Amino acid sequence: MDKTVASLQEAVAGIGDGASVMIGGFGGSGAPIELIHALIDAGPKNLTVINNNAGNGHVGLAALIEQGQVAKLICSFPRSADPKVFTDLYLAGKIELELVPQGTLAERIRAGGAGIPAFYTPSSYGTDIAEGKPVAEFDGRPYVQERWLKADFALIKAETGDPMGNLTYRMAARNFNPLMAMAAGTTIAQVSRVVQLGEIDPENVVTPGIFVDRLVTVAEPKQEETLNREGAAYPEVAA
Amino acid sequence: MSTQLDTIKLTNAQIAWRAAQDLEDGAYVNLGIGFPEMIATFQPEGRDVVYHTENGVLGFGEAPAAGEEDWDLINAGKKAITLKPGAAFFHHADSFSMVRGGHLDLAVLGAYQVAENGDLANWSTGKGGVPAVGGAMDLVHGAKRVAVVTDHVTKKGEPKLLKRCTMPLTGVGCVTRVYTSLAVIDIEDGHFVLREKLEALSFDDLQAVTGAELKTKGDVGVLVAKVL
Repeated sequence: MDKTVASLQEAVAGIGDGASVMIGGFGGSGAPIELIHALIDAGPKNLTVINNNAGNGHVGLAALIEQGQVAKLICSFPRSADPKVFTDLYLAGKIELELVPQGTLAERIRAGGAGIPAFYTPSSYGTDIAEGKPVAEFDGRPYVQERWLKADFALIKAETGDPMGNLTYRMAARNFNPLMAMAAGTTIAQVSRVVQLGEIDPENVVTPGIFVDRLVTVAEPKQEETLNREGAAYPEVAA
Repeated sequence: MSTQLDTIKLTNAQIAWRAAQDLEDGAYVNLGIGFPEMIATFQPEGRDVVYHTENGVLGFGEAPAAGEEDWDLINAGKKAITLKPGAAFFHHADSFSMVRGGHLDLAVLGAYQVAENGDLANWSTGKGGVPAVGGAMDLVHGAKRVAVVTDHVTKKGEPKLLKRCTMPLTGVGCVTRVYTSLAVIDIEDGHFVLREKLEALSFDDLQAVTGAELKTKGDVGVLVAKVL
């Protein structure tokens, strides 16, 4: 079994207009910047993107939004140091936003991957976010029903992978990535290195390969924070 | 009145210092982005506190020196952090299991408004713009104690402690204690119970800038804050 592909272009192949795409990361940590940029190059439109945030600056998710490829964003916190790209489109009514509390977003994705169509959470009870959602009482406390969240594709970032798709992560770059890997029809992972089968101790596997479909090596992945400090943009603007 | 309050009220750092005095040894604690994060700076000596951040770290420490940042190691405010011995990483679903599952001892958040029934408004002024909620609606449920640090009044001098919130709610009946620039107030059985106030302020003056009745149970202590 070998899930590795040779290029970023090959990794994002088949993501078409109107697809739903989960993108891992929390802010810049764990954001698969190179896969997102490959998706910009591939050019599908009207995407529904699921991410915790709405991008920062003019690289990664912000760049994908800036290129007009995102019709709808499902996220918890569409603010950042430089959220101008999303903010302008949102205030102009050109992008749809579904705001989800962060823990609910994580659990909806987990439920999607786990085959649980709905669950009850205390989060958002009595708030505007809960409007129109079923409420039920358990042991005397009210809870709000939330539904699973699935997507056609997931773009995730991990540290080490093997040809079967087993993955490990690096520090807080784990965040949403293992959850999204479970919840998408096709999960595409960029990893800093691919090692031979058996080189990842089974005790240390965080995402078992069953959740992963394609693996591409990006040996020295860029950090969104670093790119933004350099004033970078994608596609690069000719000087 | 408001100018007089400005001269005696605590600074944000002093409010954070006061809140820090209540950190319990062995507690697992989540501090909200911004103002509440300052509480960690004033953690009393000899108390062991483990800090949780929503993006999947338990046991983090202060910020690294400039140039030493690792952008895979950040907190919920997207700021670089360092690790303490015994730290752990986990994914977002586990992180919010710690939150909603009742495993945190304390969460401290900021506030636009707090109501005497424990309702909190801290995510949206309801005036348009881009809405953003983050983890606040989860954090207010599940932690054993949910505290708020806030100025006692708005910049215009209007009460932030009210009978009922007028701004969009973050959670209902969730706040257990409020540390303000003038007082420490518990929320018990749908009422504000005054625990401490600044010595220079009379009860009546404090009541005048509070939007709901302040009850007392026994003696009201003096709100002492370190000079910072």
